[in-house]
Amino acid sequence: MKSMMKKGIFAAALLALGFGISAPQVQAAGESQPIPDTKFSFDGFFGGWDKAQLQRGFQVYNEVCATCHSLEYVAFRNLLEIDFTEEEAKAIAAQYTVLGEPDFYGDVEEMQAELPSRIRGKGVAENAPDLSLMAKARVGGADYLKALLAGYEDAPADVEMQEGLYYNSYFPGQQLSMPQPLWGDDVTYADGTEATIDQQAEDVAAFLMWAAEPHLEDRKRTGIKVLLFLIVLTGMLYAVKRKVWAELH
Amino acid sequence: MADNGMNNPVVKWIDHRLPIFTFMNHELHEYPTPRNLSYWWNFGSLAGIALVIMIVTGIVLAMQYTAHVDYAFGSVERIMRDVNFGWLVRYIHMNGASFFFIVVYIHMFRGLYFGSYKAPRELLWQLGVVILLLMMATAFMGYVLPWGQMSFWGATVITNLFSAIPLVGDSIVTWLWGGFSVDNPTLNRFFALHYLLPFVIVGVVVLHLVALHRFGSNNPLGIDTKGSQDTIPFHPYYTVKDLYGLGVFLIFLAGFVFFAPNYMGHPDNYIPADPLVTPAHIVPEWYFLPFYAILRAVPDIGLFGFTLIEAKLAGVLAMFGSIILLFFLPWLDSSPVRSGKFRPVFKWFFLLLVIDSVVLGYAGSQPAEGAWLAIGRVATAYYFLHFLVVLPLLGRLERPQPLPASISQPVLKGGGSTAGASAKPMEKA
Repeated sequence: MKSMMKKGIFAAALLALGFGISAPQVQAAGESQPIPDTKFSFDGFFGGWDKAQLQRGFQVYNEVCATCHSLEYVAFRNLLEIDFTEEEAKAIAAQYTVLGEPDFYGDVEEMQAELPSRIRGKGVAENAPDLSLMAKARVGGADYLKALLAGYEDAPADVEMQEGLYYNSYFPGQQLSMPQPLWGDDVTYADGTEATIDQQAEDVAAFLMWAAEPHLEDRKRTGIKVLLFLIVLTGMLYAVKRKVWAELH
Repeated sequence: MADNGMNNPVVKWIDHRLPIFTFMNHELHEYPTPRNLSYWWNFGSLAGIALVIMIVTGIVLAMQYTAHVDYAFGSVERIMRDVNFGWLVRYIHMNGASFFFIVVYIHMFRGLYFGSYKAPRELLWQLGVVILLLMMATAFMGYVLPWGQMSFWGATVITNLFSAIPLVGDSIVTWLWGGFSVDNPTLNRFFALHYLLPFVIVGVVVLHLVALHRFGSNNPLGIDTKGSQDTIPFHPYYTVKDLYGLGVFLIFLAGFVFFAPNYMGHPDNYIPADPLVTPAHIVPEWYFLPFYAILRAVPDIGLFGFTLIEAKLAGVLAMFGSIILLFFLPWLDSSPVRSGKFRPVFKWFFLLLVIDSVVLGYAGSQPAEGAWLAIGRVATAYYFLHFLVVLPLLGRLERPQPLPASISQPVLKGGGSTAGASAKPMEKA
């Protein structure tokens, strides 16, 4: 009985290990170079948001990315969650427009955005993907976004570039249609943080993680409590099991 | 525990007219269960609980979900962001599906090792295979509902399999789609069926339990119970053991739900479905990967330069065959000994089958080319050889170890004499 149980636990551990080994490799099937690990505040069991960083990241989005990219699952009211004041959020919304319902003739009116409006971006770039889920929709998540945004370089001599594409060794296929967006000092941070390429890339990657998974911090905080509860409960159930079975052995 | 509340006048009045309390007392309380069940026997009840978790979370999700190609993706995002605890319910449902399969696969390998499919439990096993098929259909259609890239392209690839059927294949695919491509009608019917099938599963689970309670559980020794000294009542012994198992299961589930909710998913499914952009690699959810590997392993089958069966059809036949095969397992395995414990050679082949399944899963996750295609082919061949050749031959060639006289003997005597008797031949093997 006992040895069976031990074997069982061993097998379960093996299984878990098997998953641990196989799953990331499933996803890393591209040929691009490995993504360096960036230390984010939301990593790990106890991770959470660094709201100052999220605000800086939003600033980068607002002043750089928004030129082409929308953020359609995030509304201006959501910015209150990363500690922008209502006045600040309203002022930000005032920089954007939203499209109204088509009228009788099918014409669409462009109106000023308000707090409940979704973030439509400032310009319209036909093939610029929406960024709301970018941090979950790419292998490597926020680490990948940071590496990509800070990873532009000149194409090696032996690579033949296609017309209108730019070289980035982190991008699957190495050639993408987005030109290098960050050059250093693209924004001036209010908190005095130096706006290097790396810093801005990291900030906007963190912001996009928040945009993709706004409940991440909630989730981990709740998870700690749930796990502690379950471990205590399971321990007690094991004790009850032992007691009930004691008379049999 | 003395009177179980059966003497309560209200209970008596109802029970006289509708013997539901007698039934519960008989099947969940007194129900005599082999006293030597190991923790491998926890996975049946865990599968049942996983099914309940999936149905409850699924119904709640359905209240917020919109089955329309223009709104499905957005409605899922609304659940994730704006619905109170929507993220929690959805992540439980997503990871619950994976855990349902983990639990059921362990449950099946348990049955394979301890010969739980052998007489008189053949129908019990077959009903289990029916449940597996229904689960696969349900999981596949559920994965389509968020209408991400993998949803759409997975649906396209899998439904296209039916076009391999000669003559009528294309018509069947059009009929399945409700049009000429995977589109709104497909999404709508998948949602309807995804909601229906779990309740069909519940029905088959009931039959599975009826068949189980006919002869009771198999056990690690694989020998029949010979009287009350071999059994213990289900309650409190196995209720408390199952509850403990449930606690462990929930710890694992919660670990994934709260700390790695997208680990077993695919990033591409957070990209809205786009019929004009094909993902680089279309891969199904991990629990389908072994079958996906079998599907892609089979080449054109021909004779004298003529193609008799095209690779596509052959692959489809092999994939479905790999499961249909399990229906015949009780008759393919000719050994009269149930438990692998007493089958020195079978043990190793069983281990090989487990490894083979993992290898198939990994091969299924890789692009179908080069070394992994070749490995996938070998693994596919072994899968079929195991069931069609190894098991029938082993029953005739293998000399099993002597079986213990009864369950209570080794358990009560602390495994003294029989354990010693079975240890010697093992050293020889």
